[in-house]
Amino acid sequence: MAEPTPGEYRLIGHRVPYVEGPLKVTGRAEYTDDIQRPGTLVGRLLRSPWPHARLRSVDVAAARALPGVFAVLTGEKYPTAFGVLPITHDETAIAVDKARYIGDIIAAVAATDERTAERALSLIRFDVEPLPEYSDPREGTSKVAEPIHTRGLNGSNIQKEVVQHFGDVDAAFAKAAHTVRVRGNFAGVTHAFTEPLATIAESTPDGRLTVWSATQVPHYLHRSLSEVLGMPMHRIRVVKPEVGGGFGGKSDPLPHEIACAALALETGRPVKMLVDREDVFYTNHGRHPTQNDVRVATDADGHILAYDIEALIDGGAWSSFGTVTTYYNGVLSMGPYRVPNFRYRGRRVYTSKPPSGAMRAHGGTNIRYSVEVALDQVAERAGVDPFDLRDRNALPPNSTTVNQFRITSTSFRKCLAAARERSGWDDKFRKLPYGRGVGLGCGFYISGSNSPIHFTPVMPQSTVHLKVDMDGGIAAHSMQADIGQGSDTLLALIVAEVLGVDIDRVHVQRVDSDVSPVDLGSYSSRVTFMMGNAARSAAEQIRAELLRAAAELTGRPLEEMQVGHERYFSRVDPQVGVSFMEALHKAMERSGALVASGSYNTSPLGGTFKGARAGTAPAYSFAAYVAEVDVDVETGVYRVDTVWAAFDCGRVLNRLAVEGQIEGSVHMGLGQVMGESMNYRGTRLMNPSLLEYKIPMPQQMPKVEILLVGDDDPEGPFGAKEAGEGPLIATLPAVGNALYDAVGVRFTDLPITPDKVLKGIDQRRQEGRPWKGA
Amino acid sequence: MPSLAPLRFRLNGHPAEVLAEPARILLDLLREDLHLTGTKRGCDLGTCGCCTVLVDGRPTLSCLTLARLVEGRSVTTIEGISPAQGLSPVQRAFVETGATQCGFCTPGFIVTATALLRDHPHPSREEIMRAVSGNLCRCTGYTKILEAIESAARQGV
Repeated sequence: MAEPTPGEYRLIGHRVPYVEGPLKVTGRAEYTDDIQRPGTLVGRLLRSPWPHARLRSVDVAAARALPGVFAVLTGEKYPTAFGVLPITHDETAIAVDKARYIGDIIAAVAATDERTAERALSLIRFDVEPLPEYSDPREGTSKVAEPIHTRGLNGSNIQKEVVQHFGDVDAAFAKAAHTVRVRGNFAGVTHAFTEPLATIAESTPDGRLTVWSATQVPHYLHRSLSEVLGMPMHRIRVVKPEVGGGFGGKSDPLPHEIACAALALETGRPVKMLVDREDVFYTNHGRHPTQNDVRVATDADGHILAYDIEALIDGGAWSSFGTVTTYYNGVLSMGPYRVPNFRYRGRRVYTSKPPSGAMRAHGGTNIRYSVEVALDQVAERAGVDPFDLRDRNALPPNSTTVNQFRITSTSFRKCLAAARERSGWDDKFRKLPYGRGVGLGCGFYISGSNSPIHFTPVMPQSTVHLKVDMDGGIAAHSMQADIGQGSDTLLALIVAEVLGVDIDRVHVQRVDSDVSPVDLGSYSSRVTFMMGNAARSAAEQIRAELLRAAAELTGRPLEEMQVGHERYFSRVDPQVGVSFMEALHKAMERSGALVASGSYNTSPLGGTFKGARAGTAPAYSFAAYVAEVDVDVETGVYRVDTVWAAFDCGRVLNRLAVEGQIEGSVHMGLGQVMGESMNYRGTRLMNPSLLEYKIPMPQQMPKVEILLVGDDDPEGPFGAKEAGEGPLIATLPAVGNALYDAVGVRFTDLPITPDKVLKGIDQRRQEGRPWKGA
Repeated sequence: MPSLAPLRFRLNGHPAEVLAEPARILLDLLREDLHLTGTKRGCDLGTCGCCTVLVDGRPTLSCLTLARLVEGRSVTTIEGISPAQGLSPVQRAFVETGATQCGFCTPGFIVTATALLRDHPHPSREEIMRAVSGNLCRCTGYTKILEAIESAARQGV
């Protein structure tokens, strides 16, 4: 078959502008809040002012009696628990018996306008019994007076405990030449997507419910709506308009989405639910506040012998993705290195705080920081360059980790070589003046979770439908969810590449569960790999029909036909060929529009022990980053001047999008390492606004030099792997290790704010331990 | 209900007359009453810049502006910046450079950058960063946004 050989791609590997770009730059892209349905009511939510309280009774009479109020809902009407993971359903649309954090939804109102809705909320009266609140996960690790959920382990607030042991860690430590220990402490951080959460729901007299929502995972929302509302899925239609960023924060089915739908069912009218910025912070589901304790043992040359890791993870009030988080904090600590012995104990504990969940590079970020800082210390102790240390521990291609992850492609060593050379490492490391430093951080990440969250019914992870009609336009349908990462463009690009047509022929349709086949959505960095393979399969089916038609029209054998640019021609006699439109119209003669369905599914991976599937993926991305920092040693203020980001995402499909993902990941990683923090006083969130929760400004961004060195992956579409989350991880330890090189202080308490830097510098001075002569 | 009063101003080059409550916020007036939804609501607190419009040519946070204050003045939204056909040079540069990702902050950046380049056709990177320092982006790390504005400046707006 006419397969283009590598290097001959017309679109793949080039800088392909986003297909929806012209709509976005003109303000014409339609986000959820931009949709106006006639007769829409305003939905509003009442949130708990109590961190933990039993809701004994509620009086909604005055609120219901207010003119302009169409519905007032409290928890008992739709009490079915839901959650993104089927094994931990512990959320409800509206709190049923207890409020579990300040910000928990306790009532919902639909009214003619905002003012009336707010007034109605103020008229709702609760009789509550205050319960003990839990702000520190440590106090929830044993039996507590009033567990936040009944499912906590042995009367505690422990939501999930994971214990794993591979090999013999104690024996490895006993014979180790070097052992280091890092105790990391990580504040919670949140996604801070620019588009606040928003949902519109409309029930219609035909017995159907339509929900438009700012979601990354329309399919799981679809399932949750069905479960909680007690409606069959086919009567519910979920539509994903343009989404203004997600980063994991729109990947859980969220209570406000279901409450909005419930109000629509109650009122028979469209209801629009806008979650304001403050309440977006309370909804959270961001990166978990985490304490970890990492011990690493190596031989005299720095070969890793064992990891021994504990993690205590502050879950907040709900489970969310927490079971996965608890596994990931262990299993994602190992690659890109060979770790022959591994022991892990991870506990995720409920607290009376906004729930944590999945955030970009979920589960792989905090643990990676501690591990990479530990390896930096090992290198120093062993007298080995940090690059050499990583290189001698690198997992080779086609290997298996101690916990039975299958590693196929890895260009990690090429990442190391590229970052070392381009950063001028050998001339800088420990050689820059006091206050300046370079640091290395590495990482790896899953290219799509191998296991779908739901196992029934058995179906592919991704399906793409194509329809090509006589106009020559190609409609592409899939529930893959573009949230700004460029997956619509990727879908169009792959179809256009395979068919040899211009990309503007491909029209990627809005996600709409009535017409889009199921793809599991944008989480776990799965879209490029899984949707990409499904798109390729669908396009290849169409291509086969077009080539057959071209052979018929030219009278040449099918095997001779090849794809050109908007034409199909004979490889033997390139002058002989037909245009795309000629081939299309010929192919349509028998049965009209060409249609195809392509799909991709993962095959079973991983071991047979409990939790073996966590972290398995059909491929992994790899990273090696160098950061160069400049510290003002009098104030502790520092800036990151440059990040050399060497990344292995396999073959680059859209260079523009890969660069954008890496630059954005560096921004988000820098935010966490330099300053972002969900600040709590007890259980109360103190900074629920973008004024007080500061994300980096343009002035704080370093120069990012991107080095894409990946070899083709054997199973990825055209050899590609993920580039959406893995690029974040290495940023944090690169900065932490660079600060050590600059001022000789190890920072293990994130974010590393200037006051901590100054304190570290002062302490080292007071201890009489000069660094780089200062 | 508070009383409605007429409000006259120029909107995207044309005279506009609407009835508005005294406390109506410009962002609400534009989005809810006039259905100009290109101006985005990101925070309602003046922190993100997604709602930036031009008032008498100056970048202004419409979420912090009482509609009353534009009486007799000229308001330009992203819709007013967009040509009837095709794209403005700044818009074209944003598309070609890949400066949009999720796109939610994009109209605010385009409005700000358009005003900057009108007054300073050849800004330094420092000047560009200062101009857009009231606009937050969570997707791009600003890298391609700054490149797009520089590219638009090179091509001449």
